[in-house]
Amino acid sequence: MVCALLCAAATALAQDKPQAYTGAEIIPIYGPVIKNGVLVVHKGKIVAVGSVGATAIPPDAERHDATGKIIMPGLVDTHSHIGGGSGGDSSAALQPDVRIMDSINARDTGFQRAQAGGITTANIMPGSGHLLSGQTIYVKYKDASTIDDLLIRDAQGNIAGGIKMANGTNSIRSSAPFPGTRSKSAALVREMFVKAADYRDKVRSARAGKEKMPTRDLALESLADVLEGKRVVHYHTHRHDDILTALRAAKEFGFRIVLHHVSEGWKVADEITRAGAPASLTVVDSPGGKIEALDASFETGAALERAGALVGFNTDDYITDSRFFLRSAALAVRAGMSREKALYGLTMAGARMLDLQGRIGSLEVGKDADFILLSGDPLSVYTKVLETYVEGVKVFDRANAKDRLYAVGGYGASRDQVVHLHEEEDR
Amino acid sequence: MAFLRYSLAAPFVLALILSAAIFSGPSALAQVAVRGETVHTMAGPPIKDGVVVIRGGKIEQVGPASQVKIPAGYKTLSARVVTPGLIDAHTVVGLAGYLNQPHDQDQLESSSPIQPELRAIDAYNARERLIEWLRGFGVTTIHTGHAPAALVSGQTMIAKTRGDNIDEAVITPSAMIAVTLGNAGVAPAGRAPGTRSKAVAMLRAELLKAQDYVAKWNEAPADKKPARDLRLEIFGRVIKGEMPLLVNVHRAHDILAALRVSKEFNIKMVLDGASEAYLVADHIKAAGVPVILHPMMYRAAGEGENLSMETAAALRRAGLSIALQSGYENYVPKTRVVLFEAAVAAANGLSFSEALATVTIDAARILGISNRVGSLEAGKDGDLALFDGDPFEYTSHVTGVIIDGQVVSQQSR
Repeated sequence: MVCALLCAAATALAQDKPQAYTGAEIIPIYGPVIKNGVLVVHKGKIVAVGSVGATAIPPDAERHDATGKIIMPGLVDTHSHIGGGSGGDSSAALQPDVRIMDSINARDTGFQRAQAGGITTANIMPGSGHLLSGQTIYVKYKDASTIDDLLIRDAQGNIAGGIKMANGTNSIRSSAPFPGTRSKSAALVREMFVKAADYRDKVRSARAGKEKMPTRDLALESLADVLEGKRVVHYHTHRHDDILTALRAAKEFGFRIVLHHVSEGWKVADEITRAGAPASLTVVDSPGGKIEALDASFETGAALERAGALVGFNTDDYITDSRFFLRSAALAVRAGMSREKALYGLTMAGARMLDLQGRIGSLEVGKDADFILLSGDPLSVYTKVLETYVEGVKVFDRANAKDRLYAVGGYGASRDQVVHLHEEEDR
Repeated sequence: MAFLRYSLAAPFVLALILSAAIFSGPSALAQVAVRGETVHTMAGPPIKDGVVVIRGGKIEQVGPASQVKIPAGYKTLSARVVTPGLIDAHTVVGLAGYLNQPHDQDQLESSSPIQPELRAIDAYNARERLIEWLRGFGVTTIHTGHAPAALVSGQTMIAKTRGDNIDEAVITPSAMIAVTLGNAGVAPAGRAPGTRSKAVAMLRAELLKAQDYVAKWNEAPADKKPARDLRLEIFGRVIKGEMPLLVNVHRAHDILAALRVSKEFNIKMVLDGASEAYLVADHIKAAGVPVILHPMMYRAAGEGENLSMETAAALRRAGLSIALQSGYENYVPKTRVVLFEAAVAAANGLSFSEALATVTIDAARILGISNRVGSLEAGKDGDLALFDGDPFEYTSHVTGVIIDGQVVSQQSR
């Protein structure tokens, strides 16, 4: 970010000529591993991927020797809290009008660390202390000075994002307007969606010229997006019965859901699979810490894979550090998940959960040139992320002293970091 | 709500009963041998195709299979890689439980800033499930006690990760006095110590009183000893050089403040956490103070914002004595695992054997228990961890754990 001018120059350069990365082992995710591969990117997009010799490299391409390295798609983190953002306040349990984009500090060094971890796309969300804590944003981890630089937009220019909901104990509090029990939590959610459905119907009817457009309501407007499938619900849920409660609500109101954390998902793997609900796992080093997570297991990924569910991963950063995102998948493999599905979970599964499967998640011609260079096996502790590219632009280079500081830490590595609230709660 | 909690706890209780049954078996005198493709004894170079023979809970012989024969009738386990049982040089498990509810959180008493009379042994729950969790990943010895946040929070203890109660588990009932300096040691607004300087002043005043107390006891005739004072009595052991202060501190200038106190009173000290130790490594080395370093994957925030994954390597190169810890976690995960932390150190500048030493022999030396644990040598405790590959690889598994000659886990973890 301090190198805004340099970066801009580098960007221009990167866009001018095709860039070819040759000799690497390429893990494209959509197909088999390419042993001696070449990846060609141009103007922020992938223009060729295949094996050396069988893949045409444009004559004007700048070549980069990547022999001995591994290239795979940039990682997709489906659940992060970096950037010091906040969601709803204590005035209500359901706050669909609140947008996390209005509180993100794009200069937070957490973004630099995430780049060092090989993450190129993320879903940044408000917390789980509400039944509904606000609207999330899907971002690219570019070098940025404003939040607008990070946002992902669709062809119509709409800002991409979901909505964050939670059940179980985090969103239960001792006094109104917050629920005191799980049943009350579910009832409040159902009441909200009944109102939202009514609003949606009125809007539809008005668009058909049958009645007057209702007064604009920011909360109901975002929920109408949810009911129309334009906004996915990212549902924080741990206990097996809470998972089923979330699925019940999704079925009743027809909204699209991604389950997050899913600590006891191994107990209801078949139910999750039958509901067609994707699961985004947070892999932590021990169970417990909260009663709902007593039965958290490294084996959840393997259990859900066996059942046939779509499994992805998340950092839940600050819960786990974005620099260790590859490790989350590796621990799932340790506990029985297949290597293939674990790598898919770090990339393409996440892309699908964010409705971005047409743009990111695999190395295919026409997709965004979001990729990483690794020093070795992505699932090895000894492997380093060497370089991270977002839309063809290098945003992290371990050979660069400043970037290396973010990768390993050290004096000044957290400058501009927003101190997370939990520190104050400790006191 | 209460009903739900109890019903959730039921299978857990059952598991404890089952594990109790395993422990109370007649295996105390078990004769066990372990054959490893590579045996890291930490008392010399690794042995290829090595054998460790354990009898009566102690290691009887260690050496290559060509020289050490496994006696008839010994239960024999095999593994790709064998290491000493791992040592977590500082944790709070056993005091801080995995439910994270008020009734299983005894790691911090905040009623007063200076309470060295609080003993970890009086709160340690040997059946805590987090202990079982650590054990499953090869951790056989833990140095546990009070969490940071009070100026002087209590006496730490060292235990094996087995046994149904403190007496079966304990190695050193009173190991160190836990102190917190820096911002974390400052009390909530309106209470003392309100600043860093005040905290150091209060600690110095307490040590002065302890000096006086020790002198009075030494001078008084046997029939006229002063009344016992639990607080000054334990601080007196620090004054006499019998036990160290374990000072949790992160900022470089706070580390120097700690070293200043150590020098003033000529007392033993161990630094704990020490995020910015790499900035003042020469000072720490000159003071002869060892460091139980923060977990490598510790969150870089607050006073630890400048921590580095390469600090273990930097301190080692500077000639410091270092060990790794799982530290204190107040939420999720409720504990870290030193096996994983040492792995990150091995990936960030430490050699394999140096990283393994931070959770075996070097940790044992800093904790003063290297006569019993930390390496595989004849006469030491039969504590071993077995692996199916490089112990530090994310995708390797712990395949067996032995404590005092008893096979306590054969699950693949």
